[in-house]
Amino acid sequence: MLALGRQPGQTGRRWRGRSINRWAWLAFPTIALLVVFFLAPLVLMAIRSVTDPPNAGLSNYRTFFVSDADVRVLGNTFYIAAISTVVCLVIGYPYAYLMHAVPPRVAGLLLIAVLVPFWSSLLVRTFAWEVILRDTGVINSLLISWGVISEPLALIRNTLGVILGMSQILLPFMVLPLYAVMRRIDPDYTQAAANLGASPAAAFRRVFLPLSLPGVAAGTLLVFVLALGFYITPTILGSPRETMISRFIADQIQQRLDWGLGSAMAVILMLLTFVALALASRVVRLRDVFGAAEDGS
Amino acid sequence: MTDSRRSPHRLLLVTLGGLTVFFLTVPTLLIVPMGFSSSEILTFPPPGWSLQWYEKMLTDPQWTTGFVNSFLVATVTAIVSTILGTLAALGMVRGRFPGKSLANALILSPLIVPVIIIAIGMFSLYVRWKITGSLIGLVAAHSALAIPFVMVSVSTGLRTMDRNLEMAAQNLGAGPGRTFTRITLPIVLPGVLTGALFAFLTSWDEVVVAIFLTTAKFRTLPVEMWEQVRQVVDPTVAAVATTVLGVTTTVLLLVFVVRRQAPAA
Repeated sequence: MLALGRQPGQTGRRWRGRSINRWAWLAFPTIALLVVFFLAPLVLMAIRSVTDPPNAGLSNYRTFFVSDADVRVLGNTFYIAAISTVVCLVIGYPYAYLMHAVPPRVAGLLLIAVLVPFWSSLLVRTFAWEVILRDTGVINSLLISWGVISEPLALIRNTLGVILGMSQILLPFMVLPLYAVMRRIDPDYTQAAANLGASPAAAFRRVFLPLSLPGVAAGTLLVFVLALGFYITPTILGSPRETMISRFIADQIQQRLDWGLGSAMAVILMLLTFVALALASRVVRLRDVFGAAEDGS
Repeated sequence: MTDSRRSPHRLLLVTLGGLTVFFLTVPTLLIVPMGFSSSEILTFPPPGWSLQWYEKMLTDPQWTTGFVNSFLVATVTAIVSTILGTLAALGMVRGRFPGKSLANALILSPLIVPVIIIAIGMFSLYVRWKITGSLIGLVAAHSALAIPFVMVSVSTGLRTMDRNLEMAAQNLGAGPGRTFTRITLPIVLPGVLTGALFAFLTSWDEVVVAIFLTTAKFRTLPVEMWEQVRQVVDPTVAAVATTVLGVTTTVLLLVFVVRRQAPAA
């Protein structure tokens, strides 16, 4: 069986009952590098969450869950991530639909408007929002000089600022998977619906929308997972009340030097991420989601 | 189609699209004029124009060494992760070995594991290995983050290429090495180059891991910015931010050129 399926030029070898071919060895240096410099740190961190202080066991996890303030951080994280995801979906779906509906040349331009921010520095984009939203910032100084308001509006160091910044930064991660799915929808289907007498609105609702749902699921889960781990943006645009779990972890380690608790929190964040991803992989191939991010055509 | 073109729905959609493009691009672009401001503080619109903040950026050793360090780390990261990412793509697309899907998940996972976790995990271990505050440590970390982009970019090309071309070369007497350099590599080259440029960008503006793995002696530009943004902000930061965006845009233009030159696969 195996010999029949083998391609010419490949040297298959039986190895522990399974086969391994020549090409496989090429992947090993990369795997080795990642195991040493990427995986080992994560595994040791998980170990540290139960061994620092010595014999800690689950005490770091208990410390976290009995503290109301700490649990509130988790609540905040979910809340801000969820709102940002909804904002991204509400803005991103019509945008992706527009990209799908316009001629390819225009779609290309709309794609550039998503890809350039996608690859641009998150810190620079967050910094720009700070300059725009703060009390002496662009919006407040313009509104005051026009006489619309006399006191600056509170646009920053609150949930509003964090959600504005995060939604804008995460929007490409919503648009790209949505567009990737919409592009594969056969236009004949909606055309057929129209030919059978469906109004454009009905054709959209009954045919296009259901077919685009895998994109909605992929984008929503991707944005939510990434939002859960946001650090820079909520730290700059929020107040301590908007502390999300990433900043909490960083503070434990940088300021309180509490590696045990910090590591335990990191493990919790990682588990949350894996759960969301496991759900995501049921509806969409993750590879497609990231492939879309590089697809300039 | 013709009646839906005139419909109010379409008008609404186009308006929303315009607003979204505005939302995505204009806030970031506002910092560009601010870097050219004559004012001591960041204001918009700037009261007048000057190049003083660019002058400060180019003469302040804090910023210039940050720039050099970032460029160095990004370049070495691009080289390392392009080689390893391309090898990984060949191994994963054509290779057959036990645990392959696990290996695939490992290679792609840096894209999705929250970066703060990667940062503190690496910090904890790299401190013991004494490679924090060094080029090696940061390149190793950034390569882990950049390899998935290279692998995805190269494996797309590998999957679509016609393997009969390789067989033809071998039938004509070319060895495996020659077949690779003369046939395979030229075909996947656009993917490799695109991957290299994306790897450069990944490292160029990476900040969270760099915050933990750099020291006062060895800082990259984004870390320097991060320190400044949280303290007093003078328009130099806007000038630096504009420069960071300028480099990113240039690299993206190169990606565009590479894609244009690529023969349609």
